[in-house]
Amino acid sequence: MSGDRTPSDRADVCVVGAGPAGALVAHQLGKRGYDVVVLEAGERFDPADREERMERSIRPGHGPLDVWEMGGDRDAYSSSGGIEYPLNSARVKGVGGSTLHWQGMVMRLHEIDFELASRTGVGDDWPIAYDDLRPYYAAAESELGVAGAADNPFAPPREEPFPMPAFRPSYSDSLFAEACDDLGIAMHSVPNARNSEPYDDRGECVGFGTCKPVCPSGAKYSADVHVRKAENEGVRVVDRAPVQRLVHDAAGDSVESAVYATPDGREHTQEARAFVLAAGGVEIPRLLLLSASERYPDGLANSSGLVGRCFMDHLFAGMGGTLDEPTRQNHVGFITSESHQFYDEADEDVGPFKLEFLNYAGPSPVEMALSGDEWGDDLLDTLRDGYGGHVAMGALAGQRPRERNRVTLDPSVTDDHGNPVPEIQWSLDDRTRNTLRRANEIQRDVLTELGVDIEWSVGPENTGPAFHHMGTTRMGTDPAESVVNPELRTHDLGNLWVPSSSVFVTSGAMNPTLTIAALALKAADHVDEAL
Amino acid sequence: MELTRRDALAALGSGGVVAGVGVAGLHRSLSELPDDGRDLTPERERDLLVAVARIVYPSELDGVSEFVETYVAGRAADRDGYRESVRAALVTLDERARTWRDAEFLSLDGAEREAHLRELGVDAADPDPTGTDAERIRYFVVNELLYALYTSPTGGELVGIENPQGHPGGTDTYRRGPR
Repeated sequence: MSGDRTPSDRADVCVVGAGPAGALVAHQLGKRGYDVVVLEAGERFDPADREERMERSIRPGHGPLDVWEMGGDRDAYSSSGGIEYPLNSARVKGVGGSTLHWQGMVMRLHEIDFELASRTGVGDDWPIAYDDLRPYYAAAESELGVAGAADNPFAPPREEPFPMPAFRPSYSDSLFAEACDDLGIAMHSVPNARNSEPYDDRGECVGFGTCKPVCPSGAKYSADVHVRKAENEGVRVVDRAPVQRLVHDAAGDSVESAVYATPDGREHTQEARAFVLAAGGVEIPRLLLLSASERYPDGLANSSGLVGRCFMDHLFAGMGGTLDEPTRQNHVGFITSESHQFYDEADEDVGPFKLEFLNYAGPSPVEMALSGDEWGDDLLDTLRDGYGGHVAMGALAGQRPRERNRVTLDPSVTDDHGNPVPEIQWSLDDRTRNTLRRANEIQRDVLTELGVDIEWSVGPENTGPAFHHMGTTRMGTDPAESVVNPELRTHDLGNLWVPSSSVFVTSGAMNPTLTIAALALKAADHVDEAL
Repeated sequence: MELTRRDALAALGSGGVVAGVGVAGLHRSLSELPDDGRDLTPERERDLLVAVARIVYPSELDGVSEFVETYVAGRAADRDGYRESVRAALVTLDERARTWRDAEFLSLDGAEREAHLRELGVDAADPDPTGTDAERIRYFVVNELLYALYTSPTGGELVGIENPQGHPGGTDTYRRGPR
């Protein structure tokens, strides 16, 4: 896309957001011959700049938001409700979306995640089952390129192998293996959206060790891959074009247009037959709320009153320390072993969680070198002392949906276009704290068995979010209890689809992007059927 | 331990410089770069950088001069504004030596050079490309040199990691045990 940001004369589909969901939907529909326009709020980053972005992520003198140029009036937000939510650390605006800075872990949700209420009495069941999503999961793994292995006894059923072999366990994993074996805890591989061998015209991982927030080599999947594929199919992608509001027809049955702003200060109107919202679990409900009208004074698609409500994230639990031997950390920026053994034990009191064995425990020598106040031989001594014996475990814990946790509008603060900013109201409940406590118990058992001098822990009192925004336009069959139907179309507006983690009914405790991708492929089928 | 031109190329490769111009296209010397009009010859620029490197690098390293010049020349050709900022910081460093010590930085002995950097506050300064003199010297000179070293395989191996963060050293080393 050059400088032309004017609307397309004719569009079958207008997609809002060029992250993984938007890119996949656009690519699928472009392939099928539809005229598709994608409107992306952020810019199109030059892949040639990625090494420089990596350097920014390593070198002090640049804030974490500088890597992908987040922040400022465009990205203003408010946070309330109990726990401060660092929204701009949790997302990237740009072509590729938050996959530009993601870790790249791609697990399928478990069967229990789709029927949590029936099995545990907590939350709600999804209106679709694992089997409904299963073929889309396989297709999503193929599209993203997933390196994985069939060694996980706790994973949901699958027939087809992963597209690439899994990354082999690390040396650090081998230290954990004996302790876990003694405790009866099974370790297994991790599905990574990261090339373990050349795949889809992208090279294999070369080990820069900075996966999050930037992979300079492109071995880690990011959604700009599918943006390029979509453009090769004729899809038009307009960057720096934040959508301000959606406009519906006189009857309020369908969306007629998306009004978007451009850097020259103008507003444009893009009409289309179908609209797809793929801007993440915060900006999607915000846009629906910003699109309030006389017909829909509480916002579009919000007759249930649930737009923005039931916001969920995964919570981090972790523990680490040191051993009296080298553990070989920080060679790569991804993990190679997890345990999902305790995941399906979720019940009324404890939610699902998964355990991670980190390959990047402790400080990276180069980051230490650049931020210390020593140099020469003294610095080298400090680096040698600081690097060596660290080990750590992480965990993600699921959170049940609660209406009080929500994304709403804060009219007291406006963005660079004068729109109220999103306000994140977020808190934890006792079940989530119990889950974190349980994860910490197991982490402590493993580290103690391993002989680790435990030096830090993150648990119920100091946990933070994993940056997975879910639940804010939840899926269901009852229009009074949900925002979108099982076909991901809003109950209220017949040509508006939402393929996003915002439709998740419950959170599970798996990283959500593979499920987002699967839902995007499913939504593309439904849009195709409707058109 | 010997630092080599190969280490400099590896560090430049981490920054995408080699990928951009190819090894054959790299400038090997600061004197090959355009004159920016500043009162600092390429030879003096190199000598100042090497002088600082000898302070901030471990004493066991040899080959510092070639490593530094190859790295800085490669970076300078690749990034707009980079060399100008490095040279400005070096000029500031030297000017302060003349003002405070009535001597050029290069005429000081090793201990005096280090003392000068510390008196400028460079050791404790937060690196900032747009900050105070000390913060800019820390960012564009000291941290530039440390980044080059500790993202290179030889710099990593000094600490015990063959594939340091920022270096594309492949996916074998993370599986190896300690030697």
